[in-house]
Amino acid sequence: MAPIQRVVKPTTRKGKKVLLAREPQIIEGPKRAVIFQGRRTSERVRNTLKDLYDLKKPDAKLLARKNDITIFENAAPVEEICRKHETPLFIMGTHSKKRPDNLVVGRMFNCALLDMVELGIDSFEGLRDFAVPKITLGTKPCLIFNGPAWDQTDEYKHLRSIFIDLFHREQVESVRLQGLEHALSFTATPEGKILFRSYKVLLKKSGCRTPRIELEEIGPRLDFTLRRSKLSSEDLLKQACQKPKALKVIKKKNISTDGLGTVHGQIHVGKQNITGIQTRKMKGLKKTIKEKKG
Amino acid sequence: MDVVASILEQSAKDAEKYKPVSVNKHLELEYDLGTILAIDNNELDTRKLREKKNDYLLNLTRDNVQLLLNKVWDLPTEQIDEAIVVKLPPSTFVLPRGKPVPKPRPLTKWQEFAKLKGIQKKKKGKLSWDEQLKKWVPLYGYKRAAAEKEKEWVLEVPDNANPMEDQFTKAKTLKSERVSKNELQRMRNIAKARNVKVPRVGLTNPDVSSAKDLQTAVTVARSSTASLGKFQDKLPKEKEARGVMELTPGATRKRKMPPASSDQERRQNLDIVDAVLNKRPKIDIEKAVARHINQEQIERSEEKKNFRPKSGKKGNRTKKLKGVGKKPAGGRGQRKGKTSVGRKRR
Repeated sequence: MAPIQRVVKPTTRKGKKVLLAREPQIIEGPKRAVIFQGRRTSERVRNTLKDLYDLKKPDAKLLARKNDITIFENAAPVEEICRKHETPLFIMGTHSKKRPDNLVVGRMFNCALLDMVELGIDSFEGLRDFAVPKITLGTKPCLIFNGPAWDQTDEYKHLRSIFIDLFHREQVESVRLQGLEHALSFTATPEGKILFRSYKVLLKKSGCRTPRIELEEIGPRLDFTLRRSKLSSEDLLKQACQKPKALKVIKKKNISTDGLGTVHGQIHVGKQNITGIQTRKMKGLKKTIKEKKG
Repeated sequence: MDVVASILEQSAKDAEKYKPVSVNKHLELEYDLGTILAIDNNELDTRKLREKKNDYLLNLTRDNVQLLLNKVWDLPTEQIDEAIVVKLPPSTFVLPRGKPVPKPRPLTKWQEFAKLKGIQKKKKGKLSWDEQLKKWVPLYGYKRAAAEKEKEWVLEVPDNANPMEDQFTKAKTLKSERVSKNELQRMRNIAKARNVKVPRVGLTNPDVSSAKDLQTAVTVARSSTASLGKFQDKLPKEKEARGVMELTPGATRKRKMPPASSDQERRQNLDIVDAVLNKRPKIDIEKAVARHINQEQIERSEEKKNFRPKSGKKGNRTKKLKGVGKKPAGGRGQRKGKTSVGRKRR
């Protein structure tokens, strides 16, 4: 028989809160990311990691040490790192002769690897190379995906999903209009490159209510090529995309709203009882004494 | 008329001053306003992309951001603390969760029982008036133990109890037993919830365990002899505990599953009747032969016993003859005990 799992009973109130927060929640907060180096890294990879950390900042953790991990052979150490830091997202930077300037971006589901994509960094210009005013920390960016390639292969679809997951920050109900000041653009070229650009959004006067948009590049400017990838199985992804029953909107029967916003109700009347109904009284239809008795 | 024309002219002039907010696209973009996301499936201009990559990307993205923000600006707005806030619709792009959907916590054994019996939790006040102490005593926690101590400063020795026994230590141990039993039950509930197999716990203190537990303990203890409890005495009408089959291997399994169908039941009963009616003495050849041989041997030995040698030859021989006789029945001889000491040699 396998050893019995130990049950940790929290001794303090705070410890209890921490343990409760680690359990699965109906509404999850922003997905945090852990950013770390692999066995060996180049200057370019290190700078990229730092800039990606700056973009993701309040919801990210940048680890300083090197990690001897070959993720495509064995993902268990990365799962352990993500479990330890409570981060469903990870970015790992490596550099080798075979795969120079390498970046692995991936996701976890229930502390186990869901999918990951390996990207090669072809060119890099950092946040500091653009001498322009930057954006405020933690703003929700506008995500723009250019090019028909994003819808063509499974790898691109997964990568798009990973990018959205990584940068969209959090599901929110409302957003301040003046706070929309960051735009991230991901362009998939026909040659198979992925161009990552980051812009500051400038809202200019246009003479009407909606402003004229101007963009100013703030960096980082990255060109990627797609390398290896490990995509999730269909059923695992389906399981991961499950929506909690509590959040599903239950449709109410017989109530509808039309285009003008008027609520219409439909009423179903049951079958009328016409056998026992009182009709016009006539002498001829009167019951005889015999009938009354019987 | 003149006024209208002048206003139109003015607005046209104003519009000229600013750059336009509209963008022409071959294919409509896909929007997800919940995540503020736009997907542009239009073909890219490869020549521009090669020649002036960054400028082209900037313009392309600008157009797409303009289109996206035009949509965002159309959403219903409200004002919160001098900031204009737009209400976003629920997002349509499905992203995987970080952890699975939480499952409802399974009921504990007590909760299950209470639900079955319709027992409802009674709300108890935090403080209750104590007549003896003439003060408010909390139900648990701070000052509860002190109140208990104050109340039970003296304890009665029960009639049948040992007068030398300390009732205070007895109460203390009983309390700690109850606490540990509760902890055990809590762990058992957790194990059940996590679907973990835990080994069976032996008997807890008889003072706090239930009649069922005691019954189980008796049944298991009885079957724990070398002969699996075959020769153990039983009380009249004593019942065996259930659900301990794996711990009592010698126990007879009497219960059978009821027959599935009436047809099967009928066949079973007919089989029994047949077996009873068709009973005939069976001839077991092997057994019969063995018995016969045995009989012969006995006869021969009788003969030898009665036969007396006419002339004594050697003591050695008589001894050998003695050994041929029937083996002594077990358990009647005198035991000497172990004589040889040391390693057993083979």
